[in-house]
Amino acid sequence: MTEKLHEFVGKLKEENAAWVSDVKEAFGEVTINVPAEWVVDVCWALKTQHGFDMLADLCGADRGPEEDPRFEVNYHLFSTEHYNRLRLKVLLSEDKPNVPTLTTIWKTADWHERETYDLFGVIFDGHPDLRRILLPSDFDGHALRKDYPLRGYEPYSMN
Amino acid sequence: MSVAVENIPGQFELADQPLDSEMTLSMGPQHPSTHGVLRLDLRLDGELVVKAIPDIGYLHTGMEKLFEYKKYQQGIVITDRMDYLNPLGNNLVYVMAAEKLLNLEIPERAQVIRVLMCELQRIASHMVWLGTSALDLGAMSVFFFCFRQREKIMNLIEAASGGRMTPSYFRIGGLMMDLPAGFERRVKQFMEDFPEALDTFETLVTGNTIWQSRTQGVGVIDKEEAINWGLTGPCLRGSGVGLDLRRHNPYCGYETYDFDIPVETDGDCWARFRVRMRELNESHKIVRQALERLKPGPTKADAPKVVLPDRDDMRKHMDSLIHHFLIVAEGFNVPEGEVYMPIEASKGELGVYMKSNGGPKPDRVHFRGPSFVNLAALPVMSEGEMVADVVAIIGSLDIVLGEIDR
Repeated sequence: MTEKLHEFVGKLKEENAAWVSDVKEAFGEVTINVPAEWVVDVCWALKTQHGFDMLADLCGADRGPEEDPRFEVNYHLFSTEHYNRLRLKVLLSEDKPNVPTLTTIWKTADWHERETYDLFGVIFDGHPDLRRILLPSDFDGHALRKDYPLRGYEPYSMN
Repeated sequence: MSVAVENIPGQFELADQPLDSEMTLSMGPQHPSTHGVLRLDLRLDGELVVKAIPDIGYLHTGMEKLFEYKKYQQGIVITDRMDYLNPLGNNLVYVMAAEKLLNLEIPERAQVIRVLMCELQRIASHMVWLGTSALDLGAMSVFFFCFRQREKIMNLIEAASGGRMTPSYFRIGGLMMDLPAGFERRVKQFMEDFPEALDTFETLVTGNTIWQSRTQGVGVIDKEEAINWGLTGPCLRGSGVGLDLRRHNPYCGYETYDFDIPVETDGDCWARFRVRMRELNESHKIVRQALERLKPGPTKADAPKVVLPDRDDMRKHMDSLIHHFLIVAEGFNVPEGEVYMPIEASKGELGVYMKSNGGPKPDRVHFRGPSFVNLAALPVMSEGEMVADVVAIIGSLDIVLGEIDR
């Protein structure tokens, strides 16, 4: 099953070698690392030419405060035509956690990106409405970062 | 009192603006038809919805943070609390992600029991959906009929796992324990009674003129939009896309079961209702097949470092005792890596992204809740409809706030 995915990755590389910086295969899943500035172009190509028409999931991950690049944004693409799945990974440093928004391609990216911004502080450039979604708007910090304590800094109150 | 008014955050002030042609109605969070603590900011022109802005997060409990501080086997009990109408589906996706990282082989009997229990849970979840969405539209008696059937499944789940709402029945490497004696007979009894109950629902609801006019042509979303918004499950199949992960990304041996994928093309509340009603039949079919396949055998994988040993073995074998101590006290190490595991839950694609750094606790667990994604499409479905139709649309989406807010 993964041969087909490697075929897609090969086509992407043919189109523009800068799009794919690394390809990994593990547990039957293919992950491609994409530089942050190219993620919109890669997703557009995958959606329009290779049938990956659904963004199944988008989630952030924190590797820890001493790592560089510190943040990961994982895009799980799915195709309702050939039922394959592909993971795109964008690595971001702590100083500049900016990645272009995908809301122009998939509307479902809206809430996923708001959630990732809320919990990790990743900024999605060009997002139409980048507000907190799960936590209150006056919440301090980003709760899923590794250096954020499990119980928070102080008891939160609505006042 | 005046102190409280001053402290209202900016986003709530919209309601205080003078009324010209549009008004803002804050629906929820304590509204019975929002199925939990969902708040909707509705901009209304008369009774027409101009704009709907869902506001979520009232039930946020930081589960994804909590997973990082719990061992893999301790995380299972947290998943019960997410989609509390489909806890076995949550258990399944979590343990399957961990099993994928550990590369475990699950015995046949455990797989069949997982399918059996998940399909029973799907019927129970759809019963709550039918009961509550009919209640929203004013049909009180359907609710009682549905909950009577759900109660029978709850009793079955309780018999197997000891818990009704929080079973935690699936464990990494298999099941908590084998099915109790007489369980198959009880399921068979339920299976015999259920078609009659299905007929009752069809008589109560499907032919009802009020029900038809409240749902037909309401909350329409077409095929392209549905895919664009990432809808999955019955909502997507109601828009004419025959996608079912049990068939197209099979797990637990679903590819060997014989069932149909119900598809409707209208994309309205009626289509989503028809899809779920036909799914009840399909689940019934799968449970029957699973019952036939139930053969005696082990229910736990042969992996002593991951799966808890039998109590009897612990009295006889030193190494079983050591393994038990190590699993409980220190947990087990999971190889480094990341996986995304999707399943077809009762509400759509339930996916888990699990990342391990090689230790006994996960580095990151993220749940892709189908309700979360389906609710995001509520504005496109409800804009241009009446206020009362928003209630019908929320009912047809079948959302669970526990999963949305996590």
